Amino acid sequence: MKRNFYPLLLLAVLALLPLAVKSNYFLHLMILFLIWVVIGSSWNILAGFTGQVSFGHAAFFGVGAYTAGLLFTHLQVSPWWGMAFGGFAALLIGLPFGAICFPLRGAYFALASLALGEGIRHVATIAENFTGGMVGIMIMPTFISKVPYYYIALALAVMSVLSIRLIVNSKPGYYFVSIREDQDAAASLGINTTLYKNLSLSISAFWTGMAGALYMNYMGFIDPHVVFSLHDYSVMAILVAIVGGVGTIYGPTVGAFIMVAFQEFFRTGFFGLFEYLGDKTGSTAVSVLGDAVKQAHVLGFGILVIVVILYLPNGVVGDWKKIRRNVFRIKPAKEGV
Amino acid sequence: MAYFRVEKLVKKFGGLMAVDGVTFDVEKGEIFGLIGPNGSGKTTTFNMISGVYPPTSGKVLYRDREIQGMKSHRICHLGVGRTFQVVKPLGRMSVLDNVIAASFSRVNSMREARSHALRTLEFCGLTPVQGILAKSLPIAGRKRLEIARAMATRPDLLLLDETAAGLNPTELVEAIELIRKIRENGTTIVIIEHIMHVIMTISDRIHAINFGQTIAEGTPKEVAANQAVIEAYLGTDYA
Amino acid sequence: MDVFLQTLVAGILKGGLYALIGIGMTLIMGVMGIINLAHGQLMMLAMYVTFVLSTMGVDPYVSLFVAMPLLFLLGVAIQKFLLNPLIKVETILPENQVLMTVGIAMVLTEIARFAFTSDYKYVTTSYSSKTFHLGNISFSVALTVAFGIALLFTAAMFWFLLKTDLGRSIRATAQDKDAATLMGVNTERITVITFGLGSGLVAAAGCLLTPIYYIFPDLGGPFTAKAFIITILGGLGSTVGAIFGGVTLALAESMGATYLGMEYEDIVGLTIFILVLLFLPGGFKRLTKV
Repeated sequence: MKRNFYPLLLLAVLALLPLAVKSNYFLHLMILFLIWVVIGSSWNILAGFTGQVSFGHAAFFGVGAYTAGLLFTHLQVSPWWGMAFGGFAALLIGLPFGAICFPLRGAYFALASLALGEGIRHVATIAENFTGGMVGIMIMPTFISKVPYYYIALALAVMSVLSIRLIVNSKPGYYFVSIREDQDAAASLGINTTLYKNLSLSISAFWTGMAGALYMNYMGFIDPHVVFSLHDYSVMAILVAIVGGVGTIYGPTVGAFIMVAFQEFFRTGFFGLFEYLGDKTGSTAVSVLGDAVKQAHVLGFGILVIVVILYLPNGVVGDWKKIRRNVFRIKPAKEGV
Repeated sequence: MAYFRVEKLVKKFGGLMAVDGVTFDVEKGEIFGLIGPNGSGKTTTFNMISGVYPPTSGKVLYRDREIQGMKSHRICHLGVGRTFQVVKPLGRMSVLDNVIAASFSRVNSMREARSHALRTLEFCGLTPVQGILAKSLPIAGRKRLEIARAMATRPDLLLLDETAAGLNPTELVEAIELIRKIRENGTTIVIIEHIMHVIMTISDRIHAINFGQTIAEGTPKEVAANQAVIEAYLGTDYA
Repeated sequence: MDVFLQTLVAGILKGGLYALIGIGMTLIMGVMGIINLAHGQLMMLAMYVTFVLSTMGVDPYVSLFVAMPLLFLLGVAIQKFLLNPLIKVETILPENQVLMTVGIAMVLTEIARFAFTSDYKYVTTSYSSKTFHLGNISFSVALTVAFGIALLFTAAMFWFLLKTDLGRSIRATAQDKDAATLMGVNTERITVITFGLGSGLVAAAGCLLTPIYYIFPDLGGPFTAKAFIITILGGLGSTVGAIFGGVTLALAESMGATYLGMEYEDIVGLTIFILVLLFLPGGFKRLTKV
């Protein structure tokens, strides 16, 4: 089936990657990429498909991470069981989250979700006795090599994307999109909008929570400032989905790749270009500029947001036709020639 | 008891009395018309019946069962369908997908929903446009889609809210045909309509309201001759 | 009892300043339905402008006359080039406009960080730590002046919206954009001006805050949050509501800080925000008529 060709090809490449590439640096980037595939795709379920644009998804990521970490440090539960528990803990948090936010429409939902995300971050910081507060949690990583983490991340990414594919052509999928298009019309058609919005949120929170738990296991250290970060997780999740293509199945996968690459691009000063130029020309101006660029990834993100929203609001996948026309100058075939 | 009954329905919005004690019965199988000038409370009545908001007081009885205050989706499952005055297409979904979404209220599998939807589209004459995005349809198509969607939920009672507004004469004839077909298929219809020609032609009985209160009820002929109705519509032609 | 009164006074005075922060946002949200997550960042910029001017010997209160027009122009530019175009964009997510302001906030913050580094900057004046006393209660001079000026601005906004043609056009656009257009109001121009006004007002708040607070690039976020809480508390588009909202939030923060502890200050605000969203969707506006 033509529809499945590119995804399957990508999967094959990803599955075989660690055999060909041994660089830890590169594997690390790929693991980040896969984690973002999960977070972006699950955000997309709630926002792109069901129309509930959450600005607080860091809450689920952080809850998942903390569940795994705390279960290990307090109860010696293996962090891998912690992953499943992390997913469920995030799902449970999603219930009051939804109860508070869903009665609100449109941008007020976005605002409330932002407030809740920040609120949970504050709670995690203040509840020192339980969460360790600003000190965070540190655990010993299970594996020394990155390869097992890579495959676990890959499995998680595949499962989350597959779950979207399954949903899209099914009753819940139709119901989600109906709610997005017109909630009142949906209700008149027999759709229990509250139930389905919560279902969408539960699925979304579950996968994001598992991603958080994986992050805990992989990085070995978390603190509230990191895992509940508004900019680094909530906003980034939105960016991943938007840049790739909101409301599409594979959009977030594309978006995750672009965003991780973009971030690395800045962090390394255009992949070492500035350093190279600085050495070659002996110019301090270039080095200083290079240093500035390295710090500027947030600025880069900000500009990216502005540009994407103005010119590519449906993302790479959604606006592909527009990109073909304007960037690659491929004109649509003329009729009747 | 009557098949469908609205009893002393009242709706207050803050200080505004939108519906003030409306009562009527609907017999099974009839086409029951609801008329009144703009702002007289017709759509508000529909909204109370279909669960968009609860009445301030009063009852709605469907097959002897009180349904006022119930949520919209439950009322739909009980067999009451509706269209909206300002049409609400699921814009970025195709016509077929719109009706598939509605079909899931009665069936559960994708396959069944699809075939159910296709049959409904056929019944409503929308088969040629099934692949088009709902938002690309002209107004007549959108109104028809509203009806098709409601029909896919297999309503026993169908509330039609101004399905004829904005249609040209040809489209009007087709709309009237469809409504008659729906009744022949066994669905009871309550219809709000502004276009006198339509509602006078197809209704068995008509209930007229103004300022949220009943001003007349009877056969189309009786209501058309009623002094209070004529005054309420001062200047409006019997088109 | 003294502690209580002192907390009360501090809260009310701070409330005036908060009201000024909130007025800009309530105007923008009420008039245009635009959720501006860069509001606090605009204030931050005004504070840096004040800082730069202070190194040249200019008093913060004088900086008002520079920062306000500057930020007004910036606001106009943002609305005209970045936000107005979004109205025509066809996309699945209607919240694009909110996201755009997030992007703008990030850019403004990082530019400030690049220009001034993340170090805290201070502007101390002769009156920064001056207080006067009424009985046992001390009043911060700077806060009291800020309170007074904030009230002045609020009154001016009130008068402006009610009595001037431009003000009426703004209110018309807020109530029904299409109707306003049909009556000859250039709604695009109005939204641009309103955003500029909102920015100018929050810039004023920034100048007034400078003598008694510290300046750093990331201060935008918490203040944007405060602006929202005030707006929602007071009801969208209500100038008087902004005063109520500002004082309420400031009082809650003061009480929270005194009786619960400093670290609870932000959570108090967030809790109020969520509670109000849930139970009082119209804000205090419901209880008043303005």
